[in-house]
Amino acid sequence: MSTRTIVAAAVFTVLAIFFVFTAFMLSFGVPKATQMDDYIIMNTQKETGTNSGVTSVVFDYRGFDTLGEATILFAAVSGVIMIFRRVKK
Amino acid sequence: MSEMSKIVRTISNVIFPFIMIFGLYVIAHGHLTPGGGFQGGAVAASACALLIAAYGSTWAFERIKVSRLSVFESIGALGFIGVAFLGLIIAGIFFKNFLVGSNIIFGNIPQTLSTISDFNTAGVLPLMNFAVGVKVISGLFVIVLIMAYASCAKEWIK
Repeated sequence: MSTRTIVAAAVFTVLAIFFVFTAFMLSFGVPKATQMDDYIIMNTQKETGTNSGVTSVVFDYRGFDTLGEATILFAAVSGVIMIFRRVKK
Repeated sequence: MSEMSKIVRTISNVIFPFIMIFGLYVIAHGHLTPGGGFQGGAVAASACALLIAAYGSTWAFERIKVSRLSVFESIGALGFIGVAFLGLIIAGIFFKNFLVGSNIIFGNIPQTLSTISDFNTAGVLPLMNFAVGVKVISGLFVIVLIMAYASCAKEWIK
């Protein structure tokens, strides 16, 4: 058996163990901790004045995350413009 | 790429305003309905990509300056961070929603189980949605435009 076959078998086994664990050990739709969900659902209209809870989470409760997304988009645009620039000869 | 046939150009002319209006609607109603700045910006940028595909990248690249689009992208980013810093200056907390409960604009607080039709709510979230929408439209448009043009232009390919 070559090294490549052994590595492939090991990776497949690990992935299969992860799949079985996530499929059978963790229940679907019944999260362990629901305090944060309940807090956001109960207080999003009072605190942020928003009818859409998802927008209140994205732009208000998790504003830093959205700032990171905007930074990633800015970096992507900067990289594309820099890579496809016109080269002077 | 060169321009496509007259049928494709006509159909894209007809369908372009509808896609653009839908994208702007998703941005403007981001605090009332599902969607927001990112999603609506992607829809509107896909309308611009439709124009590029129908009319050819050379046609679009000669009429739209990439530097102006990057200026719009920077304006969107600065607006987003500026609203966040206004929260720091006015209320003392970064990303603080300082417009909720005020009488300036977007200040209404919806009652529980109310209808979603009150546009004048949500504080700074519509401003952030608008800034992110401008940023995503110009950002995705400049990515699609410059990649479509650079993959076929004569002076870029040796």
